[in-house]
Amino acid sequence: MPATPPGRVPQAASTDPSVLRNFCIIAHIDHGKSTLADRMLQATGVVEQRLMRAQYLDRMDIERERGITIKSQAVRLPWTGPTGTDHILNMIDTPGHVDFTYEVSRSLAACEGAVLLVDSAQGIEAQTLANLYLALENDLQVIPVLNKIDLPAAQPDKYADELAHLIGCEPDDCLRVSGKTGEGVERLLDEIVTLVPAPVGDPDAAARAMIFDSVYDTYRGVVTYVRVIDGRLTPRERIKMMSSGATHEMLDIGVISPEPVPTQGLGVGEVGYLITGVKDVRQSRVGDTVTDAPKPATQALPGFRDPKPMVFSGLFPVDGSDYPELRDALERLQLNDAALVWEPETSTALGFGFRCGYLGLLHLEIVRERLEREFDLELISTAPNVVYRVVMEDGSEIVVTNPSEFPVGKIAEVHEPVVRATVLAPSEFIGTIMELCQGRRGQLLGMDYLSEERVELRYSLPLAEIVFDFFDQLKSRTRGYASLDYEQSGEQVAELVKVDILLHGDTVDAFSAVVHKDKAYTYGVAMAQKLKDLIPRQQFEVPIQAAIGARIIARENIRAIRKDVLAKCYGGDISRKRKLLEKQKEGKKRMKMVGRVEVPQEAFIAALSNEEATPKK
Amino acid sequence: MPSALPDGEPAPADGRLPDDAVKGVGERPFAAYVHVPFCAARCGYCDFNTYTAGELQGVSQQQYVGAVLAEVELARHVLPHAPPLASVFFGGGTPTLLAPGDQALILHALTQSFGVKEDAEVTTEANPESVTADSLRALRASGINRVSFGMQSAVPSVLATLDRAHTPGRVVEAVRDARAVGFERVSLDLIYGTPGETLDDWRATLDAALALEPDHLSAYSLIVEPGTALARRIARGELAQVDDDLQADMYQAADEALSAAGLRWYEVSNWAGTPEQRCAHNLSYWRGDDWWGFGPGAHSHVSGVRWWNVKHPRAYADRLAAGISPARAREVLDGTTRQVERVLLEVRLSEGLDAGQLSGAGRGEAELLVGEGLLEANAWASGRVVLTGRGRLLADLVVRRLLVDV
Repeated sequence: MPATPPGRVPQAASTDPSVLRNFCIIAHIDHGKSTLADRMLQATGVVEQRLMRAQYLDRMDIERERGITIKSQAVRLPWTGPTGTDHILNMIDTPGHVDFTYEVSRSLAACEGAVLLVDSAQGIEAQTLANLYLALENDLQVIPVLNKIDLPAAQPDKYADELAHLIGCEPDDCLRVSGKTGEGVERLLDEIVTLVPAPVGDPDAAARAMIFDSVYDTYRGVVTYVRVIDGRLTPRERIKMMSSGATHEMLDIGVISPEPVPTQGLGVGEVGYLITGVKDVRQSRVGDTVTDAPKPATQALPGFRDPKPMVFSGLFPVDGSDYPELRDALERLQLNDAALVWEPETSTALGFGFRCGYLGLLHLEIVRERLEREFDLELISTAPNVVYRVVMEDGSEIVVTNPSEFPVGKIAEVHEPVVRATVLAPSEFIGTIMELCQGRRGQLLGMDYLSEERVELRYSLPLAEIVFDFFDQLKSRTRGYASLDYEQSGEQVAELVKVDILLHGDTVDAFSAVVHKDKAYTYGVAMAQKLKDLIPRQQFEVPIQAAIGARIIARENIRAIRKDVLAKCYGGDISRKRKLLEKQKEGKKRMKMVGRVEVPQEAFIAALSNEEATPKK
Repeated sequence: MPSALPDGEPAPADGRLPDDAVKGVGERPFAAYVHVPFCAARCGYCDFNTYTAGELQGVSQQQYVGAVLAEVELARHVLPHAPPLASVFFGGGTPTLLAPGDQALILHALTQSFGVKEDAEVTTEANPESVTADSLRALRASGINRVSFGMQSAVPSVLATLDRAHTPGRVVEAVRDARAVGFERVSLDLIYGTPGETLDDWRATLDAALALEPDHLSAYSLIVEPGTALARRIARGELAQVDDDLQADMYQAADEALSAAGLRWYEVSNWAGTPEQRCAHNLSYWRGDDWWGFGPGAHSHVSGVRWWNVKHPRAYADRLAAGISPARAREVLDGTTRQVERVLLEVRLSEGLDAGQLSGAGRGEAELLVGEGLLEANAWASGRVVLTGRGRLLADLVVRRLLVDV
């Protein structure tokens, strides 16, 4: 069926819920979601051919480059279904990464249907599987779609069997499309009309709309994306956020198609945006319920929770004088990132900085990359760590978000967060993956074959083991074939100790780490050796020690430098000699003093990364 | 590849110097350096501005000499009131690859243009294999009164690693011949820390050098310059890395052996018998005197202006033939930079630096450096900054600290 002619497109605020279809697309990175979305925009005529650009809906450069969607989006697509009735399809784009599971769950809660999009050359990945389970739990109608059928390596039959097995349908039910050529896209739009149920709500009840995204825009302030469940939201009325009770003026309300279009309101089942003049996304939180301030609903929609940081890391400017710029930049990012938390931190080694809390490792990387790229800051970040709950012998409890503050002595027990991890991989890698997970204190929960060649392994793992370099290891040991998803599953008591690193007798707080006692020695030795290779020789001998409390577990020595002089000047080329001195002095400015020891920034950066040390010089 | 020249501001085509600089000439001793950019073969460690016959692009020794004479003429115009030369130094490259008459011609032109002080030191560098008794006699007769032989090592395997063509025995003959034709002042250049060289090898070299009873000796630690054949061989793993600690041991061994033989250090890498036997030309670099460097790639300094010539003998000769100054670029030093240079250079000398040249913070560091055993306590007490034996090996570090706030 063709796109609906412009004159016939049902108007928002007065659309009969029976012609609405709200759906999302669940897909793994690189499985072609953004390209398929592009084709849908074109097929429905909402973006003219000449205005089309690739990955139209991904707004941030970082999203386009990494091929991931960090923020979700909603687009209203008019489509005349197979029976000739004019429909409105609201496509709600979902974030595609493990760190943003909560955001995904709210996007799913705004839909009645989900397109499960799988690359027909690669099959389903762990994160997609996790999101599929979320969709099934939310009773969404799942439409399995195999994408990229134009690829020579495509094996749609094979992966149709796999999908059918997973969702309990017939292999023939899987649609086959190509986001690249557009093949099958119109049929998919028809299927969405046919299969996805229309939204149901009470038009006469007090208004209730769920926030599934909230984005800061320099010109308009916070733009809040909502799905109306009951009642109706109208312009120029005050609204109320049910979690906080805060009320805001409604300045603008409308739909995205694919640019914002103001409307006379949003009725039951509709998806659109609100602008209230709020300047900070934390005042308009994902999962919260929006209601009418004059006639508020009595009960909020279920499912709201505060985002909880899972991973912490210190961020320090390489140049200490950039500290105010870093603070301003974090404040700017926070306007658009309700999950980012931070507080000032002072490190004896790295100076003034901030301890930041993130949803996970990707979130951490994105924040750091945006700070460096958009704000032009050079940063050192400490190794990521999780949150420990330490119960002391006297029964008091300490929550540790910074390893250097881990208490010493008189500890009754230490609790660490654990996750339930799912790994999908070709079955030839089962042994390798088990070895890796066991080495990381993992407990096998179960194993299922998705097909003869693909297996799903479920493990309980300490989150701390995952934030170290688990994902890199998993990828390299499985030649990139394994995919990983994990979700919080509580905490466990573990025998954890703090390993300190001492340089010339002084503890370097930035290098302190909480590790399992069986791994403390290995960690200490590795760190001491790494630092020995990274720190240039000083005027005096510098011992490097790793210690648990007062007990030294590893030691290396950096011998004192004995020769630091250029033997001659070359034929009176004094300029060359002076410039060398200037360069050396410039190098000194980039040194951090740890006690009397000069440590180059590069040594901190390298020592705090998981990479192998490259020797100085 | 020869090493790169520094950056700088453009130098005027007529070679003119700022008026202030010209006026300042005569306040300091004035010296001449003549760069002879020829070598029979390039040694693997060398990144000096020197060329083998095949690399010269048709520049003959005649053209080179003609170009140097033209530069002498240019210098005379730029500095009409320069004082007589306190020292002249023919360096290279291999000056002794020139016919002795060519060096005589250049020296004569310098004498005509500026005059040469009666007691002036006139040195030529020489490779032991490129001199004969006759050529040495001719050099001595032309007015050259000091010869510095590139001995480098007395150990054949070390000479081979350095690509040096002479045998240890050749040095003995060359020194004997030089003395025989009337060179009272004979200096030897040594290199230590060559890959594969042991401390015992080095001691043997020192013994062999001292047996020749030089009045002056320079010992340079081998520096692996990027882009040299030696650097590539080390990178490929064919030769061992240069070990800084071993070089430090070797330096100390040299200082002990040379002191015991009556040669005393007067600059980090230079030792001499009496103060008169110190290399005056070398000292003029470290003391910030004025000198004009003639020849391709040569560096000059006059009253706080430093400049350097184009490097290739072809470009050098072409410029002078066209009546254009061969200076490629120059630097006019400001007060702070001159101060930095003064500390940087004078600290390397046994006579040391006047403590008055340091800032308050620099004096504070000097106090600490005395405590750390890198500066001589007695000298400091009398207002001089003088390196100790350990301090000499860490001279760059000492300089950075003395200039802590500059």
